[in-house]
Amino acid sequence: MTPPDLGIILYTAAFALAGIGILGIVISTHLVRIVLSIVLLETGANLLLMLSGFRFDAVAPVIVDGNLPASMVDPVPQALVLTAIVIGVAVQAFMMTLVLRLRRVYGTLDIRELRELLERDLAHEAGIRLPSSEDAPVPSDGSPAVAREGGA
Amino acid sequence: MRNALSLLFVAGLAFLLFVIAAELDFGAAPMLVGEGINQASPGQVGAANIVTSVVLGYRAVDTLGELAILFAAATAGGLMLGRPRADARHDPEAGFILLAAADLLFPLLLVVGLFIIVHGHLTPGGGFQGGVILAAAFFLPLLARPGTHFNHAGFAVVEGLAGAAFIVIGLLGLARGGEFLMPLLGRGEMGSLLSAGSLPLLYIAVGLKVGTELAGLMAHIAEYEAVDR
Repeated sequence: MTPPDLGIILYTAAFALAGIGILGIVISTHLVRIVLSIVLLETGANLLLMLSGFRFDAVAPVIVDGNLPASMVDPVPQALVLTAIVIGVAVQAFMMTLVLRLRRVYGTLDIRELRELLERDLAHEAGIRLPSSEDAPVPSDGSPAVAREGGA
Repeated sequence: MRNALSLLFVAGLAFLLFVIAAELDFGAAPMLVGEGINQASPGQVGAANIVTSVVLGYRAVDTLGELAILFAAATAGGLMLGRPRADARHDPEAGFILLAAADLLFPLLLVVGLFIIVHGHLTPGGGFQGGVILAAAFFLPLLARPGTHFNHAGFAVVEGLAGAAFIVIGLLGLARGGEFLMPLLGRGEMGSLLSAGSLPLLYIAVGLKVGTELAGLMAHIAEYEAVDR
């Protein structure tokens, strides 16, 4: 069995990281897990950018002792990733501030609970009833579902 | 069911991307600009680290935009969390190991961070990396002693001055060289500390700005009063 190609291994790693990140964003219900999934997705994207500048038998684009090496990797993706990592850290920190704020105000980080609470508060602020379907099941006390939810 | 569908979707997406990537010739960079920059930048910019000449020379305006993103994130974080009340509860002081390590690491991190910032045009590293190390240095004492006062105003002044210095150097380039953020002061001898024109000055401004901004943002998060619900 021949060892797999280096490019295939590295591309697989990059797409696996990005895929795990997307999967985490889609199926997680906890906000901190979603933030961590975004971090993973960023890592995969950064690795993919780095791979786009890769060359065999090339050295890092730094000139040592004034000798220009015969072959250097592409410096442009490296410069992009360099700034992207720091921007990523700042945006992650901002996401965490939003998460902290939500935790303080609503006491939960479960997105299903948060969605209900946010919709309730938005409807209350706007002075409208919660959106509901005509076909929503009628509760046992006989009042229509829409009126009940709107009044809550 | 929903999880299985999500898994299927992501697997399909990864497979599609992988098929596209497999078409590319791995190891042969598809972009020609990198090769051109590798050849031209030692004579044009004079920085031994070619990534630096891309970040602060050829793409310096992009770097200014990225500093703006950083500024926006830090400002929004500060606005969201606000300042803690005077009588706010905070975590107790850390144990002996963290206290001793924080005192020991603070000067070390400061020196390493400044070294990486100042040598950004010679060796791998630069303002962004060194700035993050500086931020860690200023954040560490806050982890060890959560009650201590963090001088947000002083950090904001340094941050503003660093950002202004970056733009002023850019405007000087506009006045002297004809283009915004054009490198000034001559190339110097490649590999020496005082070389590559105004690039080291730009990187010092970037490093101070990144360091103070991230430290301030992390301090805001750390000072935010915990709630038990």
